[in-house]
Amino acid sequence: MQVYGSEISSRLLLGTAQYPSPAVLKKAIEASQAEIITVSLRRETAVGSGAGFWELLKDCGCKILPNTAGCHSVQEAVTTAQMARELFGTDWIKLEVIGNTDSLQPDVFGLVEAARILSTDGFKVFPYTTDDLVVGEKLLEAGCELLMPWGAPIGSGQGLRNPDALRAMRAHFPDTPLIVDAGIGRPSDATRAMELGMDAVLLNTAVAKAGDPALMAKAMAQAVEAGRLVIPPIQWNRGIWRFLQPQSLAWRS
Amino acid sequence: MITIAGAGLAGLASAYELAKRGASVTIFERAEKPGENSVARFAGGMLAPYCERESAEENVITLGCTAADWWAQVTPVTRHGTLVVAPPRDHAELTRFARRTSHFDEVDGQVITQLEPALEGRFERGLFFKEEAHLDPRQALADLTKAVEELGVEIRYGTDAPSRVDLNCTAMAAGLPDLRAVRGEMAVLHCPDVKLSRVIRLLHPRMPLYLVPRADGLFMIGGTMVESSSDRPPTLRSLTEMMSAAFAIHPAFAEASVVEIGAGLRPAFPDNLPRLVERDGVLHLNGLYRHGFLLAPAMAQQAAEQLLSETCK
Repeated sequence: MQVYGSEISSRLLLGTAQYPSPAVLKKAIEASQAEIITVSLRRETAVGSGAGFWELLKDCGCKILPNTAGCHSVQEAVTTAQMARELFGTDWIKLEVIGNTDSLQPDVFGLVEAARILSTDGFKVFPYTTDDLVVGEKLLEAGCELLMPWGAPIGSGQGLRNPDALRAMRAHFPDTPLIVDAGIGRPSDATRAMELGMDAVLLNTAVAKAGDPALMAKAMAQAVEAGRLVIPPIQWNRGIWRFLQPQSLAWRS
Repeated sequence: MITIAGAGLAGLASAYELAKRGASVTIFERAEKPGENSVARFAGGMLAPYCERESAEENVITLGCTAADWWAQVTPVTRHGTLVVAPPRDHAELTRFARRTSHFDEVDGQVITQLEPALEGRFERGLFFKEEAHLDPRQALADLTKAVEELGVEIRYGTDAPSRVDLNCTAMAAGLPDLRAVRGEMAVLHCPDVKLSRVIRLLHPRMPLYLVPRADGLFMIGGTMVESSSDRPPTLRSLTEMMSAAFAIHPAFAEASVVEIGAGLRPAFPDNLPRLVERDGVLHLNGLYRHGFLLAPAMAQQAAEQLLSETCK
């Protein structure tokens, strides 16, 4: 998969928040074989005082995708992105502009605006968005080269609440990398996302809060791989025929 | 003679264990007054190994299960257990918590009311960890200071430790590799209208809160863990979340006076468990993280044994 010109072979991106300890996190990252890990940048950490934790993450050898988790306004998200660029030496930014404190659903209007500002400023924006097609188009117009639609609200573990919408997104944006971000609860959700033709899956809570995070990370990696094997994303429209189609008549085998 | 740098929780507990084994001990403390520099003064003072197991390794129980008895030697310990509750919306959190912990009874609204009459009608489900306990951290630090002095330990306040000591207990100041700061924020509420006799933990997917009753209508609330070395005062966001969680435990907290807010930096190793490490010939006891009062006794015993067996050689 090409992500802003970088070739990425692992289709699982892992978040680094909420683990019981950095040692457990490190084991989970190894087990997931993720090449990209996200790092929240906010609150006091934004003044550069989260260095202890970040040093541990830098040792993992993954590409770091800083995110603007918890930002509620365009200005806040843009400022956080600029800090992230300085701190991590990367122009990648996972852009979150939160519109509702309960559901943490994206403020898509603010998201498009922030994406435009950041893309103009040279950032490579990974926008956390809904499954709305028009918003997706606006984000591409704003300079994004990929989209990260939600499966369900962040941390909810509800899986894919609207698979039809994701299917429609795949059809509407056949050549844009689509990464399902948020809502994945169990490995079967991750497989399902890949079966719908998504290019990759980003998850955090499902692994961080699992009884055994490293084991769950491994299961998620295998689940993503299982879904991807039957549908190489580039052939999403042909891949569907690799499945046995459900039918009413039983067949003797 | 054994020398210790730092008269915080780790230093004092180690001095106590060493002195009880007959050693002569001197502690060097940079601060002018007892406890002034210790992050332990912001602690909850919960002796809750079973609840802590929810997010910590099994060691937190094996090392922590004797802490209440240890502290009872020097300071009052309230052994009323811990009550873990969640509003109906977050019952999934309660199930998750129960799956990861042990030594609790599942309780319903009726039992919750028997345990804490002030919570009547507020929660339908909870977990009661009856073997857990709590203490007042500042009282405990003062009592432990007194206890070690009675055992003949000399504490030199306002004095930097010499470059070579036997045991370094200076938390973040020790500058050990792999040691990082995890920020915690707290507030103290004065709310004589609410009577609670044990630690209450409110589960919430984003903002879990613990509320520790202290004497004279005081309550300590806390619960944030931020990967940060900033020791600035608590943020409005954290305080807002903690206070609305306190309000969710009991609406009478809306009328509480906020008598103190504070933030401290807890030293932690990557596995969030304390360690005894030797570096350049100095033994370090560090990394107590959020488990200071719970794990300091067992770690101090280990430190004392190690130091005294070395002295015998």
